[in-house]
Amino acid sequence: MSDSLLRTPLYDLHLSLGGRMVPFAGYEMPVQYRAGVMAEHQHTRNAAGLFDVSHMGQAHLHARSGRVEDAALALERLVPADILSLKTGRQRYTQLTDGKGGILDDLMVSRLGDTLILVVNAACKDADLAHIATALGEDCIVEPLPDRALIALQGPQAGAVLARLAPASAEMRFMDVAAFEVAGVPCVASRSGYTGEDGFELGMAADAAVRVAEALLAEPEVAPAGLGARDSLRLEAGLCLYGSDIDRETTPVEGALEWSIQKTRRAGGARAGGFPGADIILGQIEGGVSRRRVGIAVEGRAPVRGGARLFADEAGTQPVGHVTSGAFGPTFGGPVAMGYVETAFAATGTPLFAELRGRYLPATVAALPFVAPGFKR
Amino acid sequence: MTVYYTKEHEWLRVEGDVAIVGITAHAAEELGELVFVEAKDEGTEVAQGDSAAVVESVKAASDIYAPVSGTVVGFNAALSDDPSLVNRDPEAEGWILKLRIADAGQLAALLDADGYAALIG
Repeated sequence: MSDSLLRTPLYDLHLSLGGRMVPFAGYEMPVQYRAGVMAEHQHTRNAAGLFDVSHMGQAHLHARSGRVEDAALALERLVPADILSLKTGRQRYTQLTDGKGGILDDLMVSRLGDTLILVVNAACKDADLAHIATALGEDCIVEPLPDRALIALQGPQAGAVLARLAPASAEMRFMDVAAFEVAGVPCVASRSGYTGEDGFELGMAADAAVRVAEALLAEPEVAPAGLGARDSLRLEAGLCLYGSDIDRETTPVEGALEWSIQKTRRAGGARAGGFPGADIILGQIEGGVSRRRVGIAVEGRAPVRGGARLFADEAGTQPVGHVTSGAFGPTFGGPVAMGYVETAFAATGTPLFAELRGRYLPATVAALPFVAPGFKR
Repeated sequence: MTVYYTKEHEWLRVEGDVAIVGITAHAAEELGELVFVEAKDEGTEVAQGDSAAVVESVKAASDIYAPVSGTVVGFNAALSDDPSLVNRDPEAEGWILKLRIADAGQLAALLDADGYAALIG
């Protein structure tokens, strides 16, 4: 594999676990281990999967004033979420937008004490942090954390496992953030993830990541899971993959992400707008959009993948959209997909036809997620 | 009965003028558990190297190329309900399609078992 690919602190552990390494966002990452994508997916839904997500970008955002509220207000100039009201110990999902209302990246923002913690996508991290530093540099300091690892523990048993190693974790509910030790290693944990299951993402110093991963893997409920399972899990959970389901050509409203734009930032709110593309995005919340991201359930067993065209009619004469990601959903027990359709065809239950190898397969607009979430609310 | 292999990790077992085609154990292992398999309709003529079938894992679709030119004359219907049969028994019960061979001369250029074993190391 190319020498230019980066490795996470868990690289040697992946190899020892039989990880099949592939290039992903500039890193050598395990697409699967010995058990395989299907088994790793099912194990995560039934017990607990351990994922290395150290390739993702982590950063702290500090206000030059030293006041976390100033950092929060500054970040609101780049994202449509209400960051100011984020309480310490809480996390929120949002997007970096551009002047056209497109999405530069999606990210998680946490507040822990006087620190804002950002977690961004691996492929976007350099651009994101440069963008934030450029836009907010007068008021804020962006501190990239390249020496931090990130490990996700996901699944219905994740809570029991982590409570055994870190009793303080038992107090957390969905989207809480807390700091505690796991296997003697100081960690920053969020009770969130990318699978639709209960679980945690644990950030720690890179040189201590193996110790945490090995301690978790030693628990009987935990098995490693790779990028393949991560993708099928997030797809069943209805969660967007940046670069496939959302990008600079889609707005948060077209992407059906307006739930992540709190009232304070919408028209009439206390801090309405003020982020790139706000006129377009807030206008779309009020006035609607011409296309929407929806779930798509395809009849039969053949998976329909990203790029497949969607039609209103069986003969494939009336195009109404396209699939942005699709796979076989092991838990759903059939093909699952998401994509964009004209708004008139976006209602749940609307019949569609998906083009696959020259045929038009019957499909239906499906409510997301495909699999009921297991979050600890 | 002679079994041939291709560099694309297919095997074919020749019985008279029909080739039974599947993927090798090595390919099945690489692809991971299959969730869907389909072949071109019976009667479809395929040239050597054309896609004759598709196998899908959770993550990706892969073409199965016709190892020789011919006409599709059968599909392993057991795979419709149980595509992972290919993973469990790739070189026997998990066969994928049957081809009526158009040009038996193309067989000579395929690999034998030793040649394929050398290919995958």
